[in-house]
Amino acid sequence: MDVPAHITGTVWKVEVSVGQKVAAGDVLVILESMKMEMPVEAPDAGTVKEIRCQPTQPVNEGDVLVVLTP
Amino acid sequence: MFRSLLIANRGEIARRIGSVARSMGLRTIAVYSDADAEAPFVKEADQAVRLGPPPPKDSYLNVEALLRAAKETGAEAVHPGYGFVSENAEFARACTDAGVVFVGPPPESMARMKDKAQARALAAGAGVPVVPGSDGVVADLRGATEAAERVGYPLLVKAAGGGGGIGMAVAGSPAELEKAFRACADRARSAFGRDAVYLERYFPAPRHIEVQILGDTQGNLLHVLERECSIQRRHQKVVEEAGSPLFLEGKNADLLARMSKAALSAARAFGYANAGTVEFLVADGELFFIEMNARLQVEHPVTELTTRVDLIGWQLRIASGERLTLQQQDIRRQGHALEFRIYAEDPVRFLPSPGPLKVFRPPEGEGIRVDAGYAEGGVVTPYYDPLLAKLIVSGKDRAEAIRRSEGALERFAIEGLKNNVPLHLRIIRDRAFQEGALDTHFLEHHAKA
Repeated sequence: MDVPAHITGTVWKVEVSVGQKVAAGDVLVILESMKMEMPVEAPDAGTVKEIRCQPTQPVNEGDVLVVLTP
Repeated sequence: MFRSLLIANRGEIARRIGSVARSMGLRTIAVYSDADAEAPFVKEADQAVRLGPPPPKDSYLNVEALLRAAKETGAEAVHPGYGFVSENAEFARACTDAGVVFVGPPPESMARMKDKAQARALAAGAGVPVVPGSDGVVADLRGATEAAERVGYPLLVKAAGGGGGIGMAVAGSPAELEKAFRACADRARSAFGRDAVYLERYFPAPRHIEVQILGDTQGNLLHVLERECSIQRRHQKVVEEAGSPLFLEGKNADLLARMSKAALSAARAFGYANAGTVEFLVADGELFFIEMNARLQVEHPVTELTTRVDLIGWQLRIASGERLTLQQQDIRRQGHALEFRIYAEDPVRFLPSPGPLKVFRPPEGEGIRVDAGYAEGGVVTPYYDPLLAKLIVSGKDRAEAIRRSEGALERFAIEGLKNNVPLHLRIIRDRAFQEGALDTHFLEHHAKA
């Protein structure tokens, strides 16, 4: 399951690590855009398979930030 | 008067300050980050100096780079605008030490206002009513719990070191206090570098009304009437107006008089000079001091258009040591003005939406002023706040200003990114807005898509 950025901005914090189990609604990544911090939450429960971003990296709306396996 | 001015800001306010300064015969110096190299405020300046890469800490917050730019260009004065270094007392002091005039209040006055908890205590000491709250910062959760019993619920946990509502969290009951306390302290630490927080009573439906202050360095102080800024999202203003509908046609004159007096008392207590704003919450016929902002406000144009007081012009004259020639009795309101903050954001969920301005055509017409930071073909980056432009509309009364606003908003053509023009149209078409029934939670209940 791909979790994309819902806004264009930069990555402020990555809140999870590979292998970690997450519940639906857990914060995976916090993006920063236009002086706001916007959390990106897990749409469903799963395990973090891959992290495709790192702090300070610019991202566009739709870019995949984290990949989860159910 | 100094002859050159470095403008330590960007976007619409840098442009506006530059235009006022050039009309007064000053040489203007813009500073910019790599993200703004092609921006209108840079092109219009007499001279421009690159500060660094786009992130604010490397550019508009970079005190060393700003001072270097002032030195290299021989700038005699610096105007900080709003945001960025505008409320940074150390920057103001560093300017003074470098022999450059800082256009703003004395640094010691700024320092008194910066810590919101301290500012609150100072205002209360001067007889200004304040929102019931903790006496200063609360050290830990236990201190917060004890203070909360005196303040009462619901309450707000606020960051002492910052502004803009950043970190603010509501606790509706003792059970919610721990979560609110930790959330606010964490956000305060990451945003302002210190986790000090304080508590304030939370009002479910207050109005936000503020008073413009103007003072010179000889101790003359006056107020330039009030503005209402109740329409907010995420504790940030979206629509402002002058005057407040609460006081139109002579209504609530006693409350307005108390507010003006309280604003002057607060400004005196802070040792204020130059332009500043004292913010109040109004609830149940009572007013409560929130904070004093040691700078020009985003919404200053609604005051300029209805009082004809040139606030930026006065800032520059006061900073150069000139005496206020205005008298309190000269300050009278004519007509009504509304300001709409045009943001690059989704008009329903208010999510940021940077992107290219493929089409950007602001409206023109009688009573319409647009202070825009961008031009068609420009790019709005994610690095700074989402303000694209301010649409300021005036009329002989509030009804005429609202009618003109509707046409102006309909004609405002923006393509290439999401923007909140549709939100503004919903607001001014809302019955409660038209009747002037405003409160800071207006957008939670009204103007829905």
